[in-house]
Amino acid sequence: MEQTVQKEEKKSFKEKFQDFRKRVDLWSRKKPLRRKIYLDRFLYLMMFPYVLLFFTFTVLPVFMSFILSFTDFNMLEFPRWMGWENYLNLFLEDPIFITAIKNTLIIAVIVGPGGYMISFVFAWLINELPRHLRAVVTFVFYAPALTGAISIWALIFSSDYYGWANSILMKLQIIHEPITWLRNAKYILPIVIAVQLWMSMGVNFLTLIAGLKSVNKELYEAGAIDGIKNRWQELWFITLPSIKDQLLFSAVIQISNTLGVGAVTTALCGFPSVQYAGHTIVNHLSDYTSNRFELGYASAIATLLFIASIGLNSLIRKLIRKVGS
Amino acid sequence: MAKTKAEQLNEETTQNLELSRKEKQNLKKARHIDSRPFAEISDLKIRRHSKKKKRINRSLGGDIALFVFLAFCGILSILPLIMIVNNAFKPLDEIFKFPPNIFVRNPTLNNFADLAVVLGTSLVPFSRYLFNTVYVTILGTFGHVIIASMCAYVLSKYRVPGGAFIFNLIVYSLMFPSSVTATPNYIILNSLGLIDTHWSIILPVVGGSMGLFLMRQFMNGISMDYIESAKLDGASEFRIYLQIVMPLVKPAWITLIILNFQSLWNTGGTTTIYREDYKMLSYAINQIASAGVARTGTLNAVALIMIIVPIAVFIFSQSNVMETMQHSGMK
Repeated sequence: MEQTVQKEEKKSFKEKFQDFRKRVDLWSRKKPLRRKIYLDRFLYLMMFPYVLLFFTFTVLPVFMSFILSFTDFNMLEFPRWMGWENYLNLFLEDPIFITAIKNTLIIAVIVGPGGYMISFVFAWLINELPRHLRAVVTFVFYAPALTGAISIWALIFSSDYYGWANSILMKLQIIHEPITWLRNAKYILPIVIAVQLWMSMGVNFLTLIAGLKSVNKELYEAGAIDGIKNRWQELWFITLPSIKDQLLFSAVIQISNTLGVGAVTTALCGFPSVQYAGHTIVNHLSDYTSNRFELGYASAIATLLFIASIGLNSLIRKLIRKVGS
Repeated sequence: MAKTKAEQLNEETTQNLELSRKEKQNLKKARHIDSRPFAEISDLKIRRHSKKKKRINRSLGGDIALFVFLAFCGILSILPLIMIVNNAFKPLDEIFKFPPNIFVRNPTLNNFADLAVVLGTSLVPFSRYLFNTVYVTILGTFGHVIIASMCAYVLSKYRVPGGAFIFNLIVYSLMFPSSVTATPNYIILNSLGLIDTHWSIILPVVGGSMGLFLMRQFMNGISMDYIESAKLDGASEFRIYLQIVMPLVKPAWITLIILNFQSLWNTGGTTTIYREDYKMLSYAINQIASAGVARTGTLNAVALIMIIVPIAVFIFSQSNVMETMQHSGMK
């Protein structure tokens, strides 16, 4: 008896489900957009897991940080509305934040275009090499970004006699006493910039190599017939226009990397660095998030960083689009 | 049929033989005609010239200069890594030598032995840290590759309502550093009850946007014909994705694996994980490093161990990419 009852229930559930589907089907036929969404339902199902995670961990946080930036929030109590006070405090009563902006700007101005040019020049040169050598050289240049081995730089710029930079300079009689590289406000920023440049050949570098590899070789032959004389003309008239998409993507990555500099300074100079000489916006942000738990204030910093990166990006995108045309 | 094929082959070979005979005759004639002294050398010159002509628009001087420049910068780039490798095998007296030399003179394994001692005395067994890192890395990497490429397939090959909007959001999300979302992410993870679990590291990585973007761009290059013919054969969308599209975009997902592996391998998990036995390798290693000068040798050994895995993965996948490029036969 019981088994038959269960079977009936199951059947009825299936029937209910089919009824429901039919109803949705009928409902969807009323408007073309609805119909398209209904027919594409499996596609939406395939997109769903990623889109869910993407919205939870990227889109929602941006909106949250925008709203939280107007509040005082410490995770324990309910956020308290503050209005513009966080932003006013940032610019008027937080000299360290101004230092952070200054440092980030200096780093961005040098490392942004610098790293971009370096990545491109090396990708371009590597592309000329024979295939097997190319694989090896690609690895050689990608290795710094791949391993993220910052610790070796701490050894090179160690403050005692055993530091590599110190011992070489003293052997050459350029200096007579060891320099405290990473504890001296004068040297911190240049060292951070150098290390950042060393590590700048990451994803954008690989993208450019892949882009250059995919340029149609027949274009070069055609160009040679049309009167292109040397590799510089070839670069300007053929190569650059053909890899415009990769150039754009690589620029986008470069910008978000340079504005996100922070881990390197902490790893090299500790936190906080001496006289905040290597203090960046990201350092300031993580300080207020994980040390002071002033999440409203941290959100204001994050929102400013967000606006700055989007603004800079749209500017650069316009520039690159113009260069090609 | 078979007979005709064999006949065709026969004809072709006879034709080829005739052609080669003619060529040989021509060559003989040419030699005979070309009675200048050092004719063979001038022949060589001609050949060299033709070889040079293959590489258009290149000057030898420029080639050499650029090669020297490349070699110099390559050495600068790889030197710190060479130092890491050599330092790991240096005995103590060489580590503190003044001035230091780059290459190791008397390689030892003492640093690794010291490391084993340090790790043996730690509160949480070292294997636990290793397991945590491997677990998070593998789950995060493969989760991202599967889920993101599934979404990329739809975004690239179909025009679903809302798809363009989602893709625009993804492009915008590439433009700002990840620190922007760090604070709210912590709040979200906390309210989901994921703080102090490995999911707090895995899930944000799986939802990352870089991999999806790369995958979608790569899939744009795949012809729709494959998909439509599979559809005519009655394959479902998921099957088309899994059995037709995924094998075609092998280079793309290998790239995704490299990128994710690299970032996950180096996570310490210090911001979202507080339990000691849930922490990662990179955290444990930083703890060892913080002990100061006395642990320099151990630290060198550790540095080598940390960089060796991403390097191995990259070398392995790079050759794989090359291979797929050779065999894929697409232009």
